[in-house]
Amino acid sequence: MAYSNYFNPEETLDREGIERLQAERLRSTVAHCMGSGFYRKRFRDIGLSHEDIKTLDDLQKIPFTTKQDLRDTYPFGMASIPLSKCTRLHSSSGTTGNPTVILHSQKDLEQWANAVARCLWMVGCRPEDVFQNTSGYGMFTGGLGFQYGAELLGMLTVPAAAGNTLRQIKFFTDFGTTVVHAIPSYAARLHEVMCERGVDPRRDTKLRTLVIGAEPHSDQTRRRIENMLGVKAYNSFGMSEMCGPGVAFECPEQNGMHIWEDYYIVEIIDPVTLKPVPEGEVGELVLTTINREAMPLLRYRTRDLTRILPGECPCGRHHKRIDRIKGRSDDMIILKGVNIFPIQVEQVLVQFKELASDYLITLDTVDGSDYMTVEVELAGSNIDDYAALQTLERNITRMLRDEILVTPKVKLLPKGSIPQSEGKAVRVKDNRKQYQ
Amino acid sequence: MTIHQLSIFIENKAGTLVVILRQLKEAGIQLIASTISDTVDYGICRIICSEPVRAFETLRDAGVAVSLCEVIAVALDDEPGRAADAIGILSEEGISIAYLYSFLLGGKGVLVFRTDNNERALEALQRGKMDIIREKDLSKLAV
Repeated sequence: MAYSNYFNPEETLDREGIERLQAERLRSTVAHCMGSGFYRKRFRDIGLSHEDIKTLDDLQKIPFTTKQDLRDTYPFGMASIPLSKCTRLHSSSGTTGNPTVILHSQKDLEQWANAVARCLWMVGCRPEDVFQNTSGYGMFTGGLGFQYGAELLGMLTVPAAAGNTLRQIKFFTDFGTTVVHAIPSYAARLHEVMCERGVDPRRDTKLRTLVIGAEPHSDQTRRRIENMLGVKAYNSFGMSEMCGPGVAFECPEQNGMHIWEDYYIVEIIDPVTLKPVPEGEVGELVLTTINREAMPLLRYRTRDLTRILPGECPCGRHHKRIDRIKGRSDDMIILKGVNIFPIQVEQVLVQFKELASDYLITLDTVDGSDYMTVEVELAGSNIDDYAALQTLERNITRMLRDEILVTPKVKLLPKGSIPQSEGKAVRVKDNRKQYQ
Repeated sequence: MTIHQLSIFIENKAGTLVVILRQLKEAGIQLIASTISDTVDYGICRIICSEPVRAFETLRDAGVAVSLCEVIAVALDDEPGRAADAIGILSEEGISIAYLYSFLLGGKGVLVFRTDNNERALEALQRGKMDIIREKDLSKLAV
């Protein structure tokens, strides 16, 4: 059966067509945002009317939306439609800090699934494929996001979810999995366990396509994983604030990720001056959703640093391409696909009276996997008891895991071991080479 | 009836112990006994010394993770079976020992230990006519 190369007609719009559609959707989105108490107030505060927004250039008049705004309006203050019309929410981790909530209407979920399906179709996924998702399901959007997209495309889906590597490999061989979604470090882990078990991915599986995302990685890492598993690996970009996966995705050229401009208006700004950077230069990615109902976000500062790749893509799509994420303009850590702020660690540690206030988070890559070590200092009480020290270590580890959703290695140190820094304390040492 | 012991948290890294010992040296504190046990990442150094309270304050003020603990010390005649007698008393009372070490001092064997109930342990040892060392006895024995 012959298929089209494209999942949606919007993919082949030329620049003029994209921008016309964007201007139209921007106008209706801004008008729709007046249903949100947050945006109504924000516009009123600066004397802006939604009718002032007519062209794409008018976007500059709108103030930025930040993660802090999402926290401040937790849980439902950002919604543009009544809660009774929403059908799902996704929430960020965090029990001590204020988490964030992203609301979806049924139409939002359908549009999200469509975007993911479009991405998967673009890299050659077809209904004959078997798609296995190794993401955690639940609040982590890489689970349900890919699930609904892959189902919409019509693949046989295997919602294996995270962990249980032996079972994942058994599913590969038994179900004839051809497409896998995994974070890069887990793809490497899958290969490692296959080798241990004598499973040759080329001989014993039908794996062909790998979707990797959520965890920043270099092109070198991608090539290494492709060679290990005998697959083509495509980089995926998304974030829960923008639904989740499906925001931007590599095409078969594997050279930059097309960002779907019928869903998002893209800006790259200087995070200090907040002015647009010249085309092609690295800055902070700012996204405006123009295809969302429950909770549109205007000029959302993603804090991800990237650039727009100049030039045309040979694949025929005119949607702009963003480069690999180059870093963050805040202190967020991405570990095993999970977003972590150092403040979350700090808020756990201050609850232990046995600890002094200094701590250091170190991130390392060992055998392709990323690990977090949290070094803490003992304040000096009750040092005579090993069992108590070990219990303390275990309790800190457990509470950190509950808060940040990954299990760090906790290391107790004598007071004064963590170097003091002048001015702003250095809390994170990242020895990984993920942003290359 | 207990004696003071310094318990110092030390990282398993070359050079950490000597820093602490030099601080005691500079303060003119004399070590009587010491022991270190370790896990993978850290150890606890336990020290019996002259003027333990001053030693504790010296280290604490220098920023060392140290605590001052109470342990029981029993002097035993230097002959076979005496340790078994002493520990037997505790075991008959159902008292557990958290840790124990021993050293020789002035021709006597000294057992140092912490139990899960020092008060009951002391009563039992007294009833068993054990020679429980007081802090002020330590310096006499050392002569």
